[in-house]
Amino acid sequence: MSLKRNILDLRKRKSEVLKGGGEKAIEKQVAMGKLTARERILYILDEGSFHEYDLFVEHVARDFDMENKKLHGDGVIIGTGTIHGAPICIFAQDFTVAGGSLGLMHARKITKIMDHSLKMRVPLIGINDSGGARIQEGVNSLAGYGEIFFRNTLASGVIPQISVILGPCAGGAVYSPALTDFVFVVNNISKMFITGPSVIKTVLGEEISMEALGGAKVHAEITGNAHFYAESELECFDQIKKLMEFLPWNNKQKATRVEPANPKRRKKVENIVPSDPKMPYDIRDIIEAITDKSEFFEIMELFAPNIVIGFGRLNGETVGFVANQPKVLAGVLDCDSSDKAARFIRYCNAFNIPIITLEDLPGYLPGVDQEHAGVIRHGAKILYAYSEATVPRITVIIRKAYGGGYIAMNSRHLRADFVFAWPTAEIAVMGPEGAANIVFRKEIAEAEDPDAMRQIKIDEYKEKFANPYVAAGKGYIDEVIEPEDTRKMLLHALQVSANKSVMGPNKKHGIPPF
Amino acid sequence: MAEKKVEEKQYDTIIVHSAVYKTEYTQKYINRPVWEYPNENHIFSFMPGSIIDVHVKPGEKLKEGDSLLILEAMKMHNNVQMPFDGKIVKIHVKPGQKIPKKHLMLEIKRL
Repeated sequence: MSLKRNILDLRKRKSEVLKGGGEKAIEKQVAMGKLTARERILYILDEGSFHEYDLFVEHVARDFDMENKKLHGDGVIIGTGTIHGAPICIFAQDFTVAGGSLGLMHARKITKIMDHSLKMRVPLIGINDSGGARIQEGVNSLAGYGEIFFRNTLASGVIPQISVILGPCAGGAVYSPALTDFVFVVNNISKMFITGPSVIKTVLGEEISMEALGGAKVHAEITGNAHFYAESELECFDQIKKLMEFLPWNNKQKATRVEPANPKRRKKVENIVPSDPKMPYDIRDIIEAITDKSEFFEIMELFAPNIVIGFGRLNGETVGFVANQPKVLAGVLDCDSSDKAARFIRYCNAFNIPIITLEDLPGYLPGVDQEHAGVIRHGAKILYAYSEATVPRITVIIRKAYGGGYIAMNSRHLRADFVFAWPTAEIAVMGPEGAANIVFRKEIAEAEDPDAMRQIKIDEYKEKFANPYVAAGKGYIDEVIEPEDTRKMLLHALQVSANKSVMGPNKKHGIPPF
Repeated sequence: MAEKKVEEKQYDTIIVHSAVYKTEYTQKYINRPVWEYPNENHIFSFMPGSIIDVHVKPGEKLKEGDSLLILEAMKMHNNVQMPFDGKIVKIHVKPGQKIPKKHLMLEIKRL
């Protein structure tokens, strides 16, 4: 007796399930400018590497006539494959099957692949495209979400978790992406919100479109929920693959080292920075002048652009950059930028990525809105994140390092491993203008020409304190370096820090100000 | 040379500790809420909703805690009360009217 019949039967069954929600539903999906769930997985993974599981899982809903409905794969595809030749776990919700709605078995498939990724210590990529909870399954869908959130938290800081929002992701569903490390969104396709436009209109009378409420731009620019913004799905997949180049596969490993290379840029770094500390420049030009191949992969480019974060390589090794951006809001720290930087610092620390801090900031952003939004609490996050980080931490002070900003930006006092300063650095409790107004208040008020006296006193203060040598004299700075030597010093500092080992007090976990 | 070029560009400014920095604003910064000192004589809606009933007339004298109007918001009938002893100066809403958040409903005066 031959097995042929059984094999043919298997093939038939598989081809049936692979149709997903059927031709019509797929046509609709395509009409919305979206790829199908399976196509998305195949684009992200190495060619021919995808293996799918739980193809024959059926939903278990028995109410509301659901027992007569066939939902292929219960609306989600799970499996394993490789990216850059290394194994990963992946799931993708299939909007063509019952709107990708989440029922008990749908959730169970997702948690199965999540358990797998945590056990095998490989990254997890989740593609979200779902109408939300499957109402017919009642509390079972809620249970499903809860099981997913718990696993997101369990795996947090152990394996990289990536969420890709390629369709609606509303209500409770938004919290899985929010718990993961990186969220990718695509213009016109991604929509995330807790309460949708129709409910908001009914209850509050506020009229807003889905795009304006929770579109890709909103989350990339205003809320900070998204880390990467793309104009198309394909661009988004390229971003994912690029990001994965910089990451280790779990928290016990280091990111794959690549062949070291010199920066491409021949421009002198000292020519990028205006000598007047009140004039702007783009800090990314400095990062690109330092990194291997002048490559810098920026994260959260549109949100709180007054601080710049992202990955680059030094001598072939992945490093995380945290840099004040004088070009935007003078590079001040505020609620959003503190939040953005602090989370990134914690990410780097969890995944053994050394942190390079480039500093040039006048301090914290003044304003009632900032104070009332809790800039104290948010600003504290950055102090917390740096202080607890045990990966190599190196700071380069480019120009201004004033007041609380100086302390916060990985200062010696927060146990930075190396602090270098350019000769243009001004390390002081505040800028000369502010300091002169306070220290010489009496002299200025009593002078015949207060403005002239103020200028004299500003210059006096500048001469005395607006330099790196007072701090260097106390050992707060290890070395005042020539700008051209920045890369050389960083490479050496990283080499020296390679086996860094520090031990804090034993604790269950800290209580960061979030 | 490079510095001259920078100066020609139109920049916004941020003032931190008396120093004026040339820089660019973000859209979010431009749209930030501007702080206004609250005027105790202005009663604003704290949520968007509908006016169910107005209990007072212009010129009427009231005690602290007296009911001014009922604002329905989030399916709740909220009783808006007089914050202190005073009188009604002007009424800006009428029953049945739908109003947004931060809409001026009443002007009052402390007595």
